[in-house]
Amino acid sequence: MMDIGLSQYLTVAAILFTLGIFGIFLNRKNLIVILMSIELLLLAVNINLVAFSFFLGDLVGQVFAMLVLTVAAAEAAVGLAIVVVFYRGHQTIEVEDINELRG
Amino acid sequence: MIVASLAFYLFSFIAVISALNVILQKNPVHSVLWLILCFFNAAGLFVLLGAEFIAMILIVVYVGAVAVLFLFVVMMLDINVTIIREGFLKYLPAGALIGLILLFELVTVIGSWVFSPAAGGLRVAKTPDILITHNTEALGNILYTDYAYLFQAAGLILLVAMVGSIVLTHRRRPGGRKQVISEQVGRRASDTLEVVKVPPGVGLQ
Repeated sequence: MMDIGLSQYLTVAAILFTLGIFGIFLNRKNLIVILMSIELLLLAVNINLVAFSFFLGDLVGQVFAMLVLTVAAAEAAVGLAIVVVFYRGHQTIEVEDINELRG
Repeated sequence: MIVASLAFYLFSFIAVISALNVILQKNPVHSVLWLILCFFNAAGLFVLLGAEFIAMILIVVYVGAVAVLFLFVVMMLDINVTIIREGFLKYLPAGALIGLILLFELVTVIGSWVFSPAAGGLRVAKTPDILITHNTEALGNILYTDYAYLFQAAGLILLVAMVGSIVLTHRRRPGGRKQVISEQVGRRASDTLEVVKVPPGVGLQ
């Protein structure tokens, strides 16, 4: 119990990932909370990568985690820009009202 | 050793609690604040794993940039909090079902995980001894040599994202005063100046 191994870290990452998915399903109204849930998902992936990097003794996992971080930051910036533009045109960011593409 | 274990449980417990709060808070501003707490605790987990550089980058990039960006946008948009919670219960069963199935699958995979004995030989960049090269230096050694192209690609992604978000949100306001250089340069004295003869005793009519 007191010996922290790879599986403990993977479990934490799995719980965070599940919470992220859960957040996407639950918050069908607020687009910004969905973006935050995506950030949670990427954080869980990063924990996985760094944990494997540590327990395998391979630094490449941390390099990859940095790239994931970069993509997450870019995604947040573009996503929030889209939200702002959409709000300007429609005065709402409710997911159910966003049906421009008839998806 | 026992301190490290206790720190792991502390960090992971707070991270999970704050992640739960991110998705359950009514007010999006509170969600962002809980997200910041979650990132701080994940950074603590990274420090426990010996990845100090990633931990500090996580704090600088996420807490310093992304979370503040979220806060700005949340406060800029006038969102009605009460309307936003409608339909919460409607999606709860489906979301809970999918989440639990996913968690079950992930834990099943993790529970039976063992490293292959050959895994040690497949390491691409072996972590150097922490007493000789510390984490940041070791990471820099491989990032700027073996992974230089990936590093540049990451920079390119950030550039494209920056240009994209500026193009998306930039707008020309009607009635705004803006400097037009060509108009200023093309202006002639004859267009604007008029020399008027003023007769003495009469004045300017």
